Amino acid sequence: MTSTTQLTTPSSQLITPPDSLGSSIVGRGNKEGNRLFRDWYAELTSAPDRKEHSAYVFVMGSLAEILRSFDIHTIFPEINGLQQAVRHVADDDIGRAEDIGFSADVCGYVKADVGMQLRGGDHPMGKIPPPSLAVYTNACNTYIKWAEIWERMYHVPTFTLDVPGSRAAGRLTWPGQVDFENDRKYVAGQINELITLCEQVTGKKFDIDKLREAMAHTNTMSRMWKRLIEINKSTPSVYNAVTDGTVFLGMMNGYRGRPEGAKYFTDLVEEMEYKAANGIGTPFEEKYRLAFVGVPCYPIFRRFSEMFTEWGGAFVGSSYLWFASGGANLGYEYDLDHPLESLAEGLLVTVRDSMDSMFFSDQNLIDMIEPYGIDGVVYHPIKSCRTVSTGLADNRRAVMAATDVATLFMESDHMDKRVVSEAQLKNRVDAFFEGLATRKARRVSEGAHQARA
Amino acid sequence: MTYAAGVDVGSTQTKAVIIDEDLRIVGRALVSTGSNVTVAAESAYELALKQGNILEEQDGVGFIIGTGYGRYKVTFGDAQTTEISCHGRGAVHMFPGTRTVVDMGGQDTKAIRVSPTGEILDFVMNDKCAAGTGRFLGAAASALDLPLDQLGPTALQSSRPVKITTTCTVFADGEILSLIGKGKRVEDVLLGVHHSVVSRSIGLLSRVGIDKEVTFTGGVANNTGMVSVLNQELGFDVNVSEDSHFMGALGAALFAMDRIVAGRTPARLQEVKA
Repeated sequence: MTSTTQLTTPSSQLITPPDSLGSSIVGRGNKEGNRLFRDWYAELTSAPDRKEHSAYVFVMGSLAEILRSFDIHTIFPEINGLQQAVRHVADDDIGRAEDIGFSADVCGYVKADVGMQLRGGDHPMGKIPPPSLAVYTNACNTYIKWAEIWERMYHVPTFTLDVPGSRAAGRLTWPGQVDFENDRKYVAGQINELITLCEQVTGKKFDIDKLREAMAHTNTMSRMWKRLIEINKSTPSVYNAVTDGTVFLGMMNGYRGRPEGAKYFTDLVEEMEYKAANGIGTPFEEKYRLAFVGVPCYPIFRRFSEMFTEWGGAFVGSSYLWFASGGANLGYEYDLDHPLESLAEGLLVTVRDSMDSMFFSDQNLIDMIEPYGIDGVVYHPIKSCRTVSTGLADNRRAVMAATDVATLFMESDHMDKRVVSEAQLKNRVDAFFEGLATRKARRVSEGAHQARA
Repeated sequence: MTYAAGVDVGSTQTKAVIIDEDLRIVGRALVSTGSNVTVAAESAYELALKQGNILEEQDGVGFIIGTGYGRYKVTFGDAQTTEISCHGRGAVHMFPGTRTVVDMGGQDTKAIRVSPTGEILDFVMNDKCAAGTGRFLGAAASALDLPLDQLGPTALQSSRPVKITTTCTVFADGEILSLIGKGKRVEDVLLGVHHSVVSRSIGLLSRVGIDKEVTFTGGVANNTGMVSVLNQELGFDVNVSEDSHFMGALGAALFAMDRIVAGRTPARLQEVKA
């Protein structure tokens, strides 16, 4: 009889690297990530003292490379928001926003940001400076209205990058095809407008070599990001795609286009490849390999993760690592000889992929089941966000129709604790793992029976 | 004789079932959960033991599994299993042709698709809203000052249900009283309430896929009006047992018996043997 009981302690098969190289690099990614994260916020906090400009940007198309070429800091209100939730200060800020009229239905990220802005930008990680401009893409419809809030609050220009997405039935176009080239010209024209705007805001002339430099670092990061996602096919998996993944996403976005970002991910891949080669997994026993679809539940982030690790559930992949990296999972690399054309192409391909990772991810999930050894897919739609949650029920049915994988569908929120019920989530998670355990026991029994036959 | 027990601690009621080695129910009990979940679990268990005349033979109960939301408060239990798994297992045991279960309790409705062995293939539950659960019926009973066991028979006296537009349990009594105030017949309003609740469960069932046979479990399955309307909406008769209310506890007891058959001895009995 296979145990259907939960694990209560981390695995005793803990990670002792077999050599001195291992001892120096295993754990480095999380440690360095935390340090760099703190440094980044310290830099943002002190930016006004140095009279440096900051732009409020978003994870699905931050245009960080252009902004870096003008020495404009990138601030991600989405990342600010998740930190507010993880550190349990979001509730008051959300309430503050609702007190001035924001509806309960508005995205929790927006309200947490508004509440924080109303307090002068005080944030658990530091002080968030006001923006000199806001830059966003159409990947999320909320971005547009969110930026309009800052426009009203701070009287700053907002820049929309309109990126054509996949048309109906998901037919993609590619470089060289007429439709793609038309779209590229459209995006390239908008990039030129952004460059003009940045020149006006900063008083600096556009430096194409600085843009190339930033793009080169992004190339390294993208190449490493793609590799990072692939490495987790290993058994055991070498990182948790949800908890560790959130740290990695912070780095991917916050340090995009920077040398520190390139180094971080080069080192991270070295660490993960070492772990994979030496069979070093995460601190928790891996009994079931899972994929996660959606945005995590940040208000109870640690507990949310424990609900799965207690059963030996390991998230080896997540669609979050696709869309919240701005499509870096493609590993797209810019052509530095033609930076502006290539930037337009890259944005077209990656921002489109971000949107597809939210709306049309079923085939990608189906394709990852076998190579990643996925036992189950966990869908987590959130009340705040119709953009990321709409279609997940259909997505799940499509995946179940095409594969034999078990799935779990459970709703909560990424920011608003009022719509997070730990008891309800746990009930569903426990039932899911009970089902997985029975399924596994049945397969073992069928396998033994066939072997005897 | 060895026995196994299941204790299902729900939001409103706690049920206990004792089964013997032949998987027959030998004792069952139901109490109100109240505010002290552990006491409710103990009471239900002791009453079930008493009914089965195995009061003093507690060491004859080889394994006890707690289920329901309060399963971790069954402190004398040996393990916990979710009520989703338990209802699936219990339903297939009672009606071996079961492939879909609809469980309706005090504040939960679940649609569960199961394999022939009771393995859970898929499930969905209501989320953060008690509309479409027993609570909605409870609100109607309260608004109309009717005992719960009269709801179904009264509703079945009607053939012209009044459409209930609210989906919210909290606002339900307001709408019901408003309709009565406009001269609508109680039985017509009640039948409308039943249709409203069933329509929510049809929605959940559609999400997991409706494979025959469908077994209706949980306390609400005792409501003849609900059974009739569900049959009507599905276009075929659902399975309903006299023990529908105890299906979760039965499933838990069956899982407990599995453990005994597998040779598992819980810690409380290892101490006794020592």
